[in-house]
Amino acid sequence: MENNYIPFTKEMKKEYVILAPNMLPMHFELILQVLSNYGYKIDLLKTDGHEIAETGLKYVHNDTCYPALLVIGQFINAIQSGKYDPNKVALILFQTGGGCRASNYISLLRKALQKAGYGHVPVISFSLAGIEKHPGFRLSLPIWHRMVYSVLYADLLMSLLNQCKPYEVHPGESQALAERLTHELANEMAHEKVLSYRRVKENYRRIIRAFNQIECVRTEKPRVGIVGEIFVKYSPLGNNRLEEFLVREGAEVVIPGLTDFCLYTVYNNIEDARLYGIGKLKAKAYTFAYNFLNGKVRDLIDIIREESDFTPPTPFPHTASLVEGCIHHGTKMGEGWLLTAEMLELADSGVNNIVCTQPFGCLPNHICGKGMMKPIKEKIPKVNIVAIDYDPGATQVNQENRLKLLLANARDAMQAEKELQQAPHTERETVTV
Amino acid sequence: MKVRVKQFMKTLGIDIGSTTAKLVLCENGRVLYEKYERHFSQVRQKTLEMLSKMPNVAPDEPLAVAISGSAGLGLAQSAGLTFVQEVFATGEAVKKIEPDTSTVIELGGEDAKIIFFDGGTDERMNGSCAGGTGAFIDQMATLLNVTVDEMDALSLNYKRIYPIASRCGVFAKTDIQPLLNQGARKEDIAASIYQAVVNQTIAGLARGRKITGKVLFLGGPLYYCKGLQERFQKTLELSDEDAVFPPDGRFAVAFGASLYATKHATPVRFSQLCESIQQSMHEAPIISRMPPLFETQAEYDAFSARHASATVPSVDPASYCGTATLGIDCGSTTTKLVLLSQNNEILYSYYASNLGNPVQVVKEQLEAIYALCESRIQITGSAVTGYGEELIRAAFGVDLGVVETIAHYTAAKFFRPDVDFILDIGGQDIKCFRIRNGAIDSIMLNEACSSGCGSFVETFAKSMGYTIADFAKKGLFAKAPVDLGSRCTVFMNSSVKQSQKDGATVEDISAGLSVSVVKNAIYKVIRASSADELGEHIVVQGGTFYNDAVLRAFERELGKNVIRPAIAGLMGAYGAALYAQKRNESQLISKEGLLSFEHTAKATTCHGCTNHCRLTVNRFGGTKTYISGNQCERGLGYDTSKSESVPNLHAFKRAYLKNLSSGDAKRGTLGIPMALGMYELYPFWHGLFSSLGFSVIASEQSTRRTYEKGQFSIPSDTACYPAKLMHGHIEELVDRGVDAIFYPCLTYNVDEKTADNHYNCPVVAYYSELLAGNVENLNKTDFWYPYLNINNDRALVKGLQAFLAPKYPDLGVKELREAVKAAHVAYDTFMSSIRKEGEYAVQYAKEHNKRVMILAGRPYHIDPEIGHGIDKLAVSLGFVVVSEDSICHLTERQPVHVLNQWTYHARLYRAARYATEHKNTELVQLVSFGCGVDAITTDEIRSILEEKNKYYTQIKIDEITNLGAVRIRLRSLLGALEQ
Repeated sequence: MENNYIPFTKEMKKEYVILAPNMLPMHFELILQVLSNYGYKIDLLKTDGHEIAETGLKYVHNDTCYPALLVIGQFINAIQSGKYDPNKVALILFQTGGGCRASNYISLLRKALQKAGYGHVPVISFSLAGIEKHPGFRLSLPIWHRMVYSVLYADLLMSLLNQCKPYEVHPGESQALAERLTHELANEMAHEKVLSYRRVKENYRRIIRAFNQIECVRTEKPRVGIVGEIFVKYSPLGNNRLEEFLVREGAEVVIPGLTDFCLYTVYNNIEDARLYGIGKLKAKAYTFAYNFLNGKVRDLIDIIREESDFTPPTPFPHTASLVEGCIHHGTKMGEGWLLTAEMLELADSGVNNIVCTQPFGCLPNHICGKGMMKPIKEKIPKVNIVAIDYDPGATQVNQENRLKLLLANARDAMQAEKELQQAPHTERETVTV
Repeated sequence: MKVRVKQFMKTLGIDIGSTTAKLVLCENGRVLYEKYERHFSQVRQKTLEMLSKMPNVAPDEPLAVAISGSAGLGLAQSAGLTFVQEVFATGEAVKKIEPDTSTVIELGGEDAKIIFFDGGTDERMNGSCAGGTGAFIDQMATLLNVTVDEMDALSLNYKRIYPIASRCGVFAKTDIQPLLNQGARKEDIAASIYQAVVNQTIAGLARGRKITGKVLFLGGPLYYCKGLQERFQKTLELSDEDAVFPPDGRFAVAFGASLYATKHATPVRFSQLCESIQQSMHEAPIISRMPPLFETQAEYDAFSARHASATVPSVDPASYCGTATLGIDCGSTTTKLVLLSQNNEILYSYYASNLGNPVQVVKEQLEAIYALCESRIQITGSAVTGYGEELIRAAFGVDLGVVETIAHYTAAKFFRPDVDFILDIGGQDIKCFRIRNGAIDSIMLNEACSSGCGSFVETFAKSMGYTIADFAKKGLFAKAPVDLGSRCTVFMNSSVKQSQKDGATVEDISAGLSVSVVKNAIYKVIRASSADELGEHIVVQGGTFYNDAVLRAFERELGKNVIRPAIAGLMGAYGAALYAQKRNESQLISKEGLLSFEHTAKATTCHGCTNHCRLTVNRFGGTKTYISGNQCERGLGYDTSKSESVPNLHAFKRAYLKNLSSGDAKRGTLGIPMALGMYELYPFWHGLFSSLGFSVIASEQSTRRTYEKGQFSIPSDTACYPAKLMHGHIEELVDRGVDAIFYPCLTYNVDEKTADNHYNCPVVAYYSELLAGNVENLNKTDFWYPYLNINNDRALVKGLQAFLAPKYPDLGVKELREAVKAAHVAYDTFMSSIRKEGEYAVQYAKEHNKRVMILAGRPYHIDPEIGHGIDKLAVSLGFVVVSEDSICHLTERQPVHVLNQWTYHARLYRAARYATEHKNTELVQLVSFGCGVDAITTDEIRSILEEKNKYYTQIKIDEITNLGAVRIRLRSLLGALEQ
C-alpha cells in the first residue's frame, strides 16, 4: 500500500472509537462484540436515509460501485455528525481482496477522507487475506476462532428468523426473539474466558428450541431466495429493505448465509494453487480451515435435524458441486461462482423464485449473475429469476414493480402446482370406478 | 372469505402507465367501454375524471376492479384497491385474446416488455438503464421538432438507416444531433430512430432468445407508429400472419387487469370506488422534499434585480453607422447570432431553436442582418463556434472558426475580467472550465450518460403540457420541491414517476428538476466536493440559466452569488463576435450571394478504407461542398500520404496484429476472437498454437456490423462495449467454420513486476464463461476456455496439457514446452517492437517539433470500432499518437493512492507520469462506458497529471460515434495549450 496510509497504533486502541458499517445486523453485532472483548471500542453504524448516498456521491467517483458509495458516505456522514471526536476515531472496513474493484474500497475511502478533510483518520482493513498491517489491530487465533462461531450463530439466527417471520401468529415475535438471542449470545461471549464447543452446541439447541416455541400458522407462501453482490444482498440500506418488502408482500425469504461466503473465499485459495500452482504451501493451511469449517456446518445441520423441522443450510461442498456444467470454480472475483452456485442451490432445494441483486454495472455479476441466468434456466426450466440493480438513482417503484412480477408469477406457479397435484388424484378415481 | 364475483357482474381494469391512463369496462369478458388518455402526471385527478365520464355504470352498481401499471401502484395502495403487475396482466389478456401467440412485445411510455409463451412462460422487462420506449420516441420527435404523428409519417419515406445508439435517450440524442447538424434527411433519421427502438428491444430484452412464431405487438407506440410496426416486422422477418398488431393493443394491460379482477378482486360499488380515489388525493406524500427556492415574492425580486445588472449595452442598428463583427454560435439544439458594434455594443441578436436545420436558420438571419445594415454598417469580421461550426463556415464563408471553450471565455472575460470559473449549461451539454493565470486550465464536459441538461427539462415540460418558460416559473414558488437525485435522465424519469406516484404537484416537480440539473453539473460533471473548489468569480451561462429556478438552485447549492449575464444564452455568439474583431476584412457571403444560395444534403458511404464511414455530403450552390461523418481525412478526398507518415501507435499495433499470418493446419484451424485481452495476448497464443501445428485465424477487426451480428446474445446490457463486441467476433468465427475457438480465462494478466499485483478485470478474465452460457452457436464448434497461468511456464504447460491431451493424445509435454517458448518469443517480439516504435514516435515528434498525444486506455481501445478513429483525428490535428504501452517503459514506477493491482492500470499510471515529465506530451484517456475499474483509474490519473500542472482529458466512449464532440474536446485542449 502506498500513500496516505495511517497506521492504527497501540495507543489508539486505548482511546479511539472504531466505526464499522452495518452490512448484516446480527452478524456484525456478534463479531464486533468479540472485538470489544479484546479491548477495542467499536460502534456499529446504524444510520439510514438519503444523506448517506448523497454524502457518498459527493466524495467518491460517481461511477464507483454503490456499496462503496454507501459505506464511505455512511462513514463520512457519521464523522461529520458531531457524535464522535474526529481526532479520536478510526474506521474499519471488511473486504475480500482480489481482482474485483471492490478491493479498492480502502483506497477510495482514504481518498474520500482526505477530500473531506479527515485524512488523519486511520482506516483498518479487515480481510481474510490480511492486506495490510496495523500495530494496534492484531487478530489472534482466539479472536478468529470466536468470530467463526459468531458467524455460525448469526447464520442460524437469520435462517430461523426467515423461516418463522412470515408465519408467526403474533407479529414481531420472531424478530424480537432473534434480537434478544443476539444480545444474549454477545453477552455470553463477553464473559466467557474459554470457548467450549460443547457450550456452542448447547446454544444452537437453545436457539432452535426457542424458535420452535414461536406460534406459527404454516399457510402456503411462495419462497423467494435472495442472492447477489454481498453488500446489497444483505444490507437493508443497500437494497431498499428488500427482505422487509418481500415478507410484507406475503413471501418467505431465503438467504444463503455468510458462512458460505467465508468458505468460498477459503476454497478459492485452494483452487488457485490447483489451477495456477500459486501459494501451494498456504493452500495446505486453507485446506485445513476449509475442512474445519465444513465440519462445523455439518454439526449444525445435524443439530437442526435432531431438534426441529426447520430447513438446515445446504453443506457447502454440495452447493459448490452444483455449478458443474455452468461455470468453473476458477471464476473467483467478487462473488464469482458462488453466486451461480447459490442460485442453483436455491432451485435445487425447491426455492424457485430468486432475486439476484447487484449494484448497477457490477463487473463480476455481468458474468456470474446475469450471464448465468440462461444456462440456469436451461438446466432448471421452472426457476424464476429477476435481476435487480441498485444505485443511488434507481427508484424503489421500478424495483418493486419487477419484484411484484416475480411474486405474481410465483403465486401462479404455486397455484398450477396445486392443480397438478389434484389432477392425478381425480384420474386415479376414474380408474378405480 | 372472498365474495365470489358473479358471472354477470361488470369488471373494470385500470392501467396507469408513466404517461397515459387506460380503462376497460367488461361484462362477461366482453368489452363495453374503453378509454385512453394522457394523464400529464395528474394521475389521480385524471383517473377520477375518466371514471366520471364512463357510461354504462350506475353509481350503486358493484364492480370488480383491478389497477395495473407503474403509476397505478401508489393509487392502488392508498385507495385500497387490488393491484396486478402489468406484465402479468398482459399475459392474462393474451391467453384470452390470442392463445396461439408465441411472443408478446409491449412498449409503454417508459417500460418495454417481452413475454415468451413457448417452452415455459418467460417474462422480461427493461432494466433500469434502457431507453427505446414511448418516452424515448416522444423525446426524439421533440428533437426533430415534429409531432409524433409527423415523425411517423416521415419515417415511412426513408431511404437509408443510420446507426443510432438506443440504449438510452441521451446516447441516441448524441447520435442524432450531429446528423441533424450535418443536414441528414429527417425521413431517414425518423426511420433510424425506430430501428434503434427495435434493436434495443431485441438486444435488451430478448437477450439471446430468438423471436419467432406468432408475435403480438402491444402498447401505445406500437399502435400509433406505423413506421415502428414496419421496422419490427422487417427486422424480425415476420410474415403478415405472424406479426399481429391488434386494434386494441393499447388496452391489453387494462383488459388483463379486468380479467384479473374477475378472479381476485372484492367487488365495490362504483360510487365507493370514486370516493376512495378522491380520498387518496389528500394523502400525505412520502417522497423526500426540499425547502422552496423562494420563500417570498420580495426575495425573488431582490434576486431578479441583482441579476439584471449584468448586461451588455445595446444600440439601435438604425442609428448606428460604422463597422461591425458577426458572431454565430451554432449549438446542438439552438442557433445564436450576435452583431457587435466596434464599441462592443449589441446591434442585433438572435436566439432560437435551430429546428433541425441550422443552415436555413443562419441563412434567414443573414438576410435579416443585411437588411438592417443597409449601407451604413460594414461587417469586417465573422466567426462561428459550436457543433455546427464547420458546416456553417463552409456554407457561408465565415472568416474564423473558434472552439466553443475559447469563445465562451472571451465573452465571460468581458463581464468579469478576473473570472476563474465558467459553467455553461446548454440544451444538450454541460461545459465548464477553470481559468488560471488568464488561460483555460481545465475543461470538463458532461459524459454521454449524464447530459440531462436544458433539453431534458424542456422535453419534460412539454410532456406535461407546458412551455419551458411556464414550467420554470411554476417551480419558483413550489412549496416543497421533490428531491430527484443527481443522475442521468433515464433515472430522473423514474424518480419523477415515483414522485407522481406519491402525489407531487407539477410545481414541486419543476423545482425538483432544476435542482437536479444543478446537482448533476456540480457533482457529476465538475465533481466538486465543496463550493470553494469552483472558484471565487463564477460566470454562468447557456440557455438553461435563463431559467431562474435553475439559477437560484445553483446559487443555493454553492452558497454564493454568481454572475449570470443578461445574454446568458448568447455568450458563445457574443464571444465569437469579439473574437472576429481580429479581422479587418470579411469574406462572409454577400447579400447578393445569399440570393442564389442553395443547400442540398445527400447521404453516401465512404469507400476509402474498411471503416465505410457514412458520409453526409452538403452542397452549397453547386460549387462548394462540405462532407461530414468521416472518421479520417480520406473521405474528404484529401491527400493522406502525409498524415500517414506521422507515427500513430494505434495504427501500428493494428497493422502488426493483422499481419500475423496463419500456418499449416496440421492439427486443424483455431479461431481466436480479436477482442478484449486478445489485443494484448494474440501474438502469444498465435505463437503457441502455430507451434503446435494449428492454423491460427483471428476474427476481423470490429465494425458496427460485428456488434449487430452478436448483439442478440448479450445478457447484460450494462456491460462495456468491448465486451459486447465479443459476441459478434464469436459469431464470425463460427461462420468461418473453424475447428475450435480459443479464449482462455486468465485471472492473472502478464506480470510486469511494476505493481502490487497483476490481475485482469473480471470481464476480460472470465467473459468466456458468459459466452459459453449464452452464445448458442458455440454448439457448432469446440469452445476452449481453460483457466491458465501465463506467468509460470510449468503451470501453463500443465494447464494446456490438461485440456489438450484428451483431444490430441499424440501431443507430448516436450512439444508443449517448445510451444510455450515460442509463445514467449512471439509476445516479447510484439511488445519490444511496440516499445521501439514508441521511442521512434517520440523522437520523430522532437525532430518535427510536434506534440505527442498518449492516447491511453486498454489494449483493446485500438479497435477501430471501440476507439472510433480518435487516433486518426488526433493525427489530423497535428499530434503524434502513442499508446500507453509504448512509452511506459521510459519512466519510473508511479506511486499511487489506490490499490495498483491490474496490469493495464499500472501502465496507465506510468504513462501519466511520462506525460508529466515531457513538456510536449499530453495524455488523453479513453474510457469505455460501464468500465467499473476505470472509475478508479480516471481520478488517479487526473491527480497525477494535475499535480504537475498538466491537462487531463478524458473521452468516454461507447457505441456512439460522435466525433464532433471529441473534436471540440481535443481542439479545446490544443487551444488551451497554445494560450
